[in-house]
Amino acid sequence: MNWIEHYNYWMVILLMMLGFYTIIARGNLVKKIIGLNIFQTSVFILFISMGKIPGGVAPILRDDPTTVYSNPLPHVLILTAIVVGVATTALALALVVRINEAYGTIEEDDIHDLDTGSL
Amino acid sequence: MSAPSTAITLANLATHYPALQIVLPLVTAPLVVLLRGTRLVWLIAFAVTLACLGIAVDLYAQVLQQGEISYAMGGWAPPVGIEYRVDRFNGLMLILICAIAAVVLPFARTSVEKEVADNRLSLFWAAWLLCFTGLLGIVITGDAFNVFVFLEVSSLSTYALIACARDRRALTSAFQYLIMGTIGATFILIGIGLLYMLTGTLNMADLAERLPAVTQARTLNAAFGFIVVGCSLKLALFPLHLWMPNAYAFAPSAVTAFIAATATKVSIYVMLRFFYTVFGAEFSFGSMPLGEVLMTLSIIAMFSGSLVAIYERNVKRMLAYSSVAQIGYITLGISLATTSGLAAGMLHLINHAMIKAGLFMAMGAVVYRLGSCRLDQLSGLGKQMPWTMAAFVAGGLSLIGVPLTTGFVSKWHLASAGFGAGLPLVPVAILASSLLAVIYVWKVIETAYLRAPLENATPVKEAPISLLIPMWIMVAANFGFGIQGTVIWQAVQQAAVQLTGGV
Repeated sequence: MNWIEHYNYWMVILLMMLGFYTIIARGNLVKKIIGLNIFQTSVFILFISMGKIPGGVAPILRDDPTTVYSNPLPHVLILTAIVVGVATTALALALVVRINEAYGTIEEDDIHDLDTGSL
Repeated sequence: MSAPSTAITLANLATHYPALQIVLPLVTAPLVVLLRGTRLVWLIAFAVTLACLGIAVDLYAQVLQQGEISYAMGGWAPPVGIEYRVDRFNGLMLILICAIAAVVLPFARTSVEKEVADNRLSLFWAAWLLCFTGLLGIVITGDAFNVFVFLEVSSLSTYALIACARDRRALTSAFQYLIMGTIGATFILIGIGLLYMLTGTLNMADLAERLPAVTQARTLNAAFGFIVVGCSLKLALFPLHLWMPNAYAFAPSAVTAFIAATATKVSIYVMLRFFYTVFGAEFSFGSMPLGEVLMTLSIIAMFSGSLVAIYERNVKRMLAYSSVAQIGYITLGISLATTSGLAAGMLHLINHAMIKAGLFMAMGAVVYRLGSCRLDQLSGLGKQMPWTMAAFVAGGLSLIGVPLTTGFVSKWHLASAGFGAGLPLVPVAILASSLLAVIYVWKVIETAYLRAPLENATPVKEAPISLLIPMWIMVAANFGFGIQGTVIWQAVQQAAVQLTGGV
């Protein structure tokens, strides 16, 4: 079993599960966002891992034709995905700020109690 | 390698329609933020939507004449560059999205004045246009990663649109939707990543060519699973629909009418595109137990959605649960894995968009006058707002599937596709679930027409004409396409044949 070789993939799975668990198990909205970020980061690492080629260097064109390059495409994709992730986090935090203004709390259970009380 | 010349002149404008379809609303969105005057902003948004509708109709006409359109974005040839591809299926979807937007926008103009704070209006329209851009982009693109990007463009703007409502519960629903939606989109991203790992390409047509060589790989099964679950979250398939009822109930009414009719439908489109174009029907329904799983979940959705709708006191939430059930009908058609089942699913996809847009607009008009859509407050509204409630009744009839309505046409075809696939239980399930729809629609009708107005309620006037006209256009479409049932049916049949590769 060459599981050490797949070290980064094991980390991806670990981070993914950690993030996912945090989203589901935590009632604090900011902690949920942190969980979401960890979850997304694991996917970034997944993409970056697949771009790595043994012995590959940074994909900047060189004169030497024997140079092996890392695949730059996953990097570009993940750059886009990071931007999307930042936008999502910003929007989520903005929502949390407004939820805090409207409810005076960012705990899911308290918000639920306040809502069912007002119905 | 350099990009070939892509100079846009007036003469070759029509060849750039696939790009303009996306670029027009995308560029207008920031413009709208800069222009603060609300009246002008709305006019620009409406003009852009009409232009997009014109483009979509022209693209579809081109497809009918010359077959599929492939457009190389920025002149970079696929599979390296991003390809925009229009065929009979997404051509129809483009028209559907643009037409719904064009009808709902005039409604939204009046409706959001009451439901959204004045100082946010220009931002609201910018988010609306971005959402519109994202939805069109998902449909038109032929690149798997591009789907993810546009999915997030439309989703992020949808979360913002929902949070625009004055009710504070809109904020928590938007947050909940954001969490679930992001998980869904990230799942799709993982799936796309795994596909790229296997094949080294992101272009859908190219993926379809390379995937048959690797059908034995476990990675492919994982990719398929991630994409199916991600799409199911986005399209609110039972049991992943939990974000939907609150999001629909507390969003501004016009937003509900727009996203209920388009956003979930576009997610279904994405799922179908992956099933048929990328993975291929043989893998999706043959190697994977997709048909069985999808059918079970669809039938549970049809009944659980309708049952919950019966006990719901808030009419917008009731309609949202009814959407869960109706999405079950669509996926039921798909799960039959036959061309006629697929066509029936597509037909219901289009028809349900028209039905729900009309119903949510009717409820939007009620909210405009009453400030609420709780069932008990609707008492006696049939006399006070006769046109609005008549539109609701008409839409409700179509939802149930009474003859002469679009709802009847699509349920008829779904039932016969079920018979055709040798599953006589399918028509029975459709009929039984429709009977449940009768109950919840009747509850609204009974409250509005047969009960006296509440004693302490202030009498209300009929909704303004600017709300009634869009609503009745949708009702007219429901009956028009119901009586002329073959128009859309033929179009979706051709689309289904094309998607399944003429099988």
